[in-house]
Amino acid sequence: MALYDKPAHVLHEMLAKKEISSVELTEDVLARMDKVEKSIGAYITVTRDDALRTAEETDKKISSGEEISFLEGIPCGIKDNICTNGIKTTCASKILENFVPPYDATVITKLKQEKPVIIGKTNLDEFAMGGSTENSAFHATHNPWNIDCVPGGSSGGSAAAVASGSAIWALGSDTGGSIRQPASFCGVVGMKPTYGRVSRYGLVAYASSLDQIGPITRDVTDCANILNIISGHDDMDSTSSAADVPDYTKSLVADVKGLKIGMPKEYFIDGIDEDINNAVRKAIDELKAMGADVKEISLPHTAYAIATYYLIAPAEAATNLERYDGVSYGERVDGADVVDMMKNTRTQKFGDEVKRRIMIGNYALSAGYYDAYYLKALKVRTLIQRDYTEAFKDVDVIACPTAPTPAYKIGEMIDDPLKMYLQDVCTVPLNLAGLPGISVPCGYSSNGMPIGLQIIGRPLGEETVIRAAYAYEQSQNFHNDMAKIGGVDA
Amino acid sequence: MKYEAVIGLEIHSELKTNTKIFCGCATGFGAEQNTHVCPVCLGLPGVLPVVNRRVVEFAIKAGLATNCTINKYSKFDRKNYYYPDLPKNFQTSQYDLPIAEHGYVDIDVDGEKKRIRLTRIHMEEDAGKLVHSGTTIKDSATSNVDYNRTGVPLLEIVSEPDMRSAAEARAYMEKIKSILEYIDVSNCRMEQGNLRADINVSLRPVGQKDLGTRTEMKNINSFKSLEEAIEYEIERQTEVLEDGGHVIQETRTFDAAKGITLSMRSKEEAQDYRYMPEPDLPPIITTDEEIEAYRKGLPELPDARCERMEHELGLSSYDAGIITSSRAMADYFDEVIAEGADAKLAANWMMGELSKNLNAESKTIEESPIDAKRLGDMIKLITNGTISSKIAKDVFSAMWTSKDAPEKIVKEKGLVQITDTGELDSILDEVIAANPKPVEDYKSGNKKAIGALVGQIMKKTKGKANPKLVNEMLAKKLSN
Repeated sequence: MALYDKPAHVLHEMLAKKEISSVELTEDVLARMDKVEKSIGAYITVTRDDALRTAEETDKKISSGEEISFLEGIPCGIKDNICTNGIKTTCASKILENFVPPYDATVITKLKQEKPVIIGKTNLDEFAMGGSTENSAFHATHNPWNIDCVPGGSSGGSAAAVASGSAIWALGSDTGGSIRQPASFCGVVGMKPTYGRVSRYGLVAYASSLDQIGPITRDVTDCANILNIISGHDDMDSTSSAADVPDYTKSLVADVKGLKIGMPKEYFIDGIDEDINNAVRKAIDELKAMGADVKEISLPHTAYAIATYYLIAPAEAATNLERYDGVSYGERVDGADVVDMMKNTRTQKFGDEVKRRIMIGNYALSAGYYDAYYLKALKVRTLIQRDYTEAFKDVDVIACPTAPTPAYKIGEMIDDPLKMYLQDVCTVPLNLAGLPGISVPCGYSSNGMPIGLQIIGRPLGEETVIRAAYAYEQSQNFHNDMAKIGGVDA
Repeated sequence: MKYEAVIGLEIHSELKTNTKIFCGCATGFGAEQNTHVCPVCLGLPGVLPVVNRRVVEFAIKAGLATNCTINKYSKFDRKNYYYPDLPKNFQTSQYDLPIAEHGYVDIDVDGEKKRIRLTRIHMEEDAGKLVHSGTTIKDSATSNVDYNRTGVPLLEIVSEPDMRSAAEARAYMEKIKSILEYIDVSNCRMEQGNLRADINVSLRPVGQKDLGTRTEMKNINSFKSLEEAIEYEIERQTEVLEDGGHVIQETRTFDAAKGITLSMRSKEEAQDYRYMPEPDLPPIITTDEEIEAYRKGLPELPDARCERMEHELGLSSYDAGIITSSRAMADYFDEVIAEGADAKLAANWMMGELSKNLNAESKTIEESPIDAKRLGDMIKLITNGTISSKIAKDVFSAMWTSKDAPEKIVKEKGLVQITDTGELDSILDEVIAANPKPVEDYKSGNKKAIGALVGQIMKKTKGKANPKLVNEMLAKKLSN
């Protein structure tokens, strides 16, 4: 019996009932990884020995009759921009190729109390900049549903690992859609919590005011359980929310009667792929059939979200990435003097997309341009936030596509960054407004690629989002579909 | 043409918090290299700053003590520039919404009072320290970075260009130092770099309103260097202008050994700091109630204390000024008089013997072997007639090297004044008999002649006779 294709909550029950051991499970997932990794390339670092050691500990606990926690003994992947003490954290960049953090990110500290089996660090676009995982300095990741396609990004490694069975669940990070869009491309569940819900301490910063860590899972049940574990205030992150963490599993109720759902007309316009449009509308109709109250709403500043995002995010990135200079950690390329050394290091060790965003960011912040670009972007950001505040006076959640297209071919957009940026149209507004959003599978395109339904909530409205997503998921069977990997499963 | 100097100061003061501004590392000076460090102050990937609330508290106190308006909405910003001692290559500082603005302090130069306006006070983090194999980064084969100082909290106190001479600049910096010491937010040890100044100097023809081109001297860390650098710069710029030249806007270093300033880099190469609001820190919100609480908690400040000493205790304005210039000195003084010692005598002894001895041994008043209580007790012995001022100097010397109470020293060394009229009576008779000339002079109306007789009596008693008593007894005897 394969174990790699089951969600964590099922495996947890099996472990607790001693139907399987954690070593068995871990070996099954590692065997699956050995089989698919050549085609998928979801990982940068695999921590096989540590994983098996943790699994053995879990098994000892189980056999001695001790209770195990929800994630205990279950294999997971961690996006490689989340610091793990003693395990290389590269951000898929040459500049951190051999960087081993001396500390754990707060999410890792929290997870470790649960003793999950961390089996590796997953691939991403360098420093989380991109939407296809093609910008990794090491290798591209392939979509398990069609290995010629991208898995989305930047958490493409995490999404592909979960979709291909080389992890049961994974952590990602989302700055402009980097959890939700790859979840949608890979047919899995991905959630970006409210900004500040999960501590960012130890998440290598791309754009500090937008970054947020979240889970990528097989289903909404796993998502709610993991959110319970990673959420909460952190003294090490001044931007983390002090609000109490509810038990999100209480929202796993398949009932949306009377739930008010808004359909933003700006998200269903030209440029949205026909298959996406149909699948998402069908999903919303399904919710309506279950008793939800659906109405059209307007988010009038949606059109400015991309431009706003691509000024704010690069500006923050430009300063966040200044520290990579070869002086005290990371890679160094020598030079004639210290300035030369810094120049050589940054020129040779950063990839093109990272350099592009650093240049855009510095331009936007430079004297004489600040007001016209950066300051203006901050003002538009406020307008976008206001759109949502207004909309949420009338509705409980907003439903729309996660991405305007299904997964596209590797290399298709790599030379057209602007076209690639437009892919973020449905996801970036949430980051600008700090809102929670989830992507759940809602069907397939005519060529068999998964499509995601995005459900957006009020600030700290994760419970309602989870409830709507769970109700929809339970009405369908998409979450039980597993990708058939070309050349492996076919 | 006659020129006038226009001087402004940016003073950097390290705050005496136990921990750094954005992490929990210790701030202590002189620790082994790279031992007061953690992922946060090393700027490792993924770390976030958390504001040390004490830093905000100290900054607000400094703002209130210098008559600033406290901004109830303040924020941190990133100041971006690449330098190897700055681990993130940006300094977390404050740009357009500093914690305090629009203040002033009053200075006194040669009896003339003057008000110096403060533009702003803001909080920021200090950088690390470069240790070069050569003398500068340019001529060194290798350089190492010590990150102990990285993240030590700093206040930057920016003045308006209100000073016109080196003496005024010095008086201003002394006043800032004394205020920071009074409110107990900085150790102000200039030799340790706790307090350092960047000086801006320009010249303009007397009467002209517009400012001339300025030069900047960075990291001046002694009052002597401050005065010398300004004086040298005024002289240099005067020469340039008188020769028909133009002053170049530039940063210059002050060579303390040679007493001259040297060109470092011109302003054309000046960097664009690309300031950006710090996204990892929420704004600093301060309520009126908090501000009032801080205001009420401020100690008596140097100006108020000086005035009290002048008006309530009758000290000269000069004495009061010197004693209140440092909080430690003023506290010591208050303790001395709390012992019951006379204020004027206390001031004289502190500025005389005590200062002389401290200076000779390069000690601060906190390190004085004679504490305020013992000095107060000694002064009381003078006032109550137990010892004379002359003998008191011997007692003071004995106290300097022992821990004994002055009473004990006086007793053991037999330094008690002779106030026994019976004992003095015979000595007086002896002296009168041995000195007929001054006795004759006195009796014929030259009252000053009594001095010679008193001198003889003091000599005979090795200074122990009570001079007042001797005078009285002599006058009585000679008028008979």
